[in-house]
Amino acid sequence: MKNSILKFTFWKVVAVIIIVAGLYSAFIRFTQGLGASTNLSDAFPWGLWIGFDMLCGVGLAAGGFAICAVTHIFNIEKFKPLARPAILTAFLGYILAVCGLMFDLGRPWAIWHAIIMWNTHSVMFEVAWCVMLYSTVLFLEFFPIVLERFRLFRILKIMKRVAIPVMMLGILLSTLHQSSLGSLYLIMPEKMHPLWYSPLLPVFFYLSAISTGFAMVIFEAFLSARAFNHGLKLNLLSTCSFISFIFIIINFTLKIVYFIMSGKLQYLLVLSPVTYLFYLEILLGTIVPVFFLSSRKFREDRKYLYLSSIFIISGFLLNRINVSITSLAAMSKVSYFPSITEISVTLMLVVIGMWAFKLIIENFPVFSEELENEKPLSVIESISKPLTLSE
Amino acid sequence: MIKQKGMLYDVTMCVGCGACYNACKEQNKLPTTNKDYLKDHLSDKTFTVLEQYGELYSRKNCMHCKEPACVSVCPVGAFKKTELGPVIYDVDKCIGCRYCMQACPHKVPRYEWSSLNPRVRKCVLCYDRLKKGLPTACSEACPSGATMFGDLDDLVVEAKKRLKENPSTYYQSIYGLKDAGGSNILVISPVPFEQLGFTSHLPGEPLPKLTANAMEKIPGVVSVGALCLGGLYWLTKRKNEIAKEERLQKKESINHEK
Repeated sequence: MKNSILKFTFWKVVAVIIIVAGLYSAFIRFTQGLGASTNLSDAFPWGLWIGFDMLCGVGLAAGGFAICAVTHIFNIEKFKPLARPAILTAFLGYILAVCGLMFDLGRPWAIWHAIIMWNTHSVMFEVAWCVMLYSTVLFLEFFPIVLERFRLFRILKIMKRVAIPVMMLGILLSTLHQSSLGSLYLIMPEKMHPLWYSPLLPVFFYLSAISTGFAMVIFEAFLSARAFNHGLKLNLLSTCSFISFIFIIINFTLKIVYFIMSGKLQYLLVLSPVTYLFYLEILLGTIVPVFFLSSRKFREDRKYLYLSSIFIISGFLLNRINVSITSLAAMSKVSYFPSITEISVTLMLVVIGMWAFKLIIENFPVFSEELENEKPLSVIESISKPLTLSE
Repeated sequence: MIKQKGMLYDVTMCVGCGACYNACKEQNKLPTTNKDYLKDHLSDKTFTVLEQYGELYSRKNCMHCKEPACVSVCPVGAFKKTELGPVIYDVDKCIGCRYCMQACPHKVPRYEWSSLNPRVRKCVLCYDRLKKGLPTACSEACPSGATMFGDLDDLVVEAKKRLKENPSTYYQSIYGLKDAGGSNILVISPVPFEQLGFTSHLPGEPLPKLTANAMEKIPGVVSVGALCLGGLYWLTKRKNEIAKEERLQKKESINHEK
């Protein structure tokens, strides 16, 4: 017991330090400009804030739409307990990605221009609209949890009526959004390293977002189970890991076929740090998880389940960083490493996200078990009926 | 019809005097950035540079692509390809995402990194002068005729003529004729262009086409996706209902038997 208190305060101190550093960096960013606060340059205009905050933040939020598809489109109801935490993560992920964008944009006060000044040829335009619309959808998906908390059942009933169309819209928007983040890079074939450039980038981004979305669901379930001492639905999680496994296999097969078809296999034999990073990405995100998850025994073992989800997520993060930073730096011969300011702002956003997640699950019925513990059965029945939106 | 304007830059004629560099600085009211113009590089305060490669000089500035990547990628349409040819930028629209810089195959747009109200900066082919019927400041200043201003069609004819008439002098290719879909700036030189720091091996088709290939699939993905989602939803829901009914019936029949 004493130990856990000590641990808790330790992380609390770390979190406070990170947030103070982040706030100071934010001050530098908004008083001295991008040049003074980042290592970005004319030769390297997109760095950590796009590569990590945007690409990874949105990618990790994919659990939200993936689980929604399973529970509300395929109507596999037993997955419902996983939906709310996934939606919450997605919602927070999107908000934080937008916050990161506010740091990265040179003229953040003009961000609303995307609403009225249209250029439909631009992938960035598509990205902007997907972010706006899907954040709204996520809000609508999360809102019932708030309504339930404050027992506003009349509005809940209205929400229930639009639940299914909202879910479908969310899935479509996510499909567009996850893939369009890959499409952003289609226009720079000569600027990217051939190991990562591919006309299939949108497809790779979409498939890897789905597999990572499920891995995130597993990861969160473990974290929250540890933090709140509630039971793990191991059978659900191992099904999630199996879905993730299938998408990893599809993605990897497609990648191999693409490498063979486009004659890029030769690049795999070039021994350089860039190639090693590519191998590391494949090792973390594909080979290790596939090794664990292809065996039913490992899939049903909580330790390996947790471990493989961590591997999938780190492989995913490395992939996005490789696409957005490694591949471009390798070709432009510019070395880029994020500045302390860029790193501390990113860390601050991550910490704020985790803290917000904790705060919300402590105060809102995100995990349905809590709801069952707190209220008499009759109340639950009256609540749970109009709750299809994001139960 | 308005004729597109452009510039032909002939490396064989350039003496490296720097008149274009100075004229550009003056025209755009840009501060001095380097005492030696041959050592300067493109920046938010320098829109054209002269680079020395042995005995040859190579000019770099915005190529004013026919189908510019910057125009196609800008989410708010801050970049525009004008009828006269120049690719211009409107800071009042810009949100500062820098996708233009990321996408430009010629690595031209520069950013005011030290500003709190930053702009993207690059050559605009003296758009204001062109509108008045004047040539670009750099071509007017060029004493040797290395930078030639004119109607793009005429410039292409002229470049081809020079290549044909002096096959031993020129590397037999025009940079900017097809590279990245073609541009309003054309370059001819005695040596292959990559030796003068130009980005070679650009695709022959306009780069925005690569994005368009993906973007045009969106309506299909959305409509097929919506149909599939709707269909699956209906199917699985029906399946669940049938399963429920069957369970009820079983219960009833058991009750009956009792």
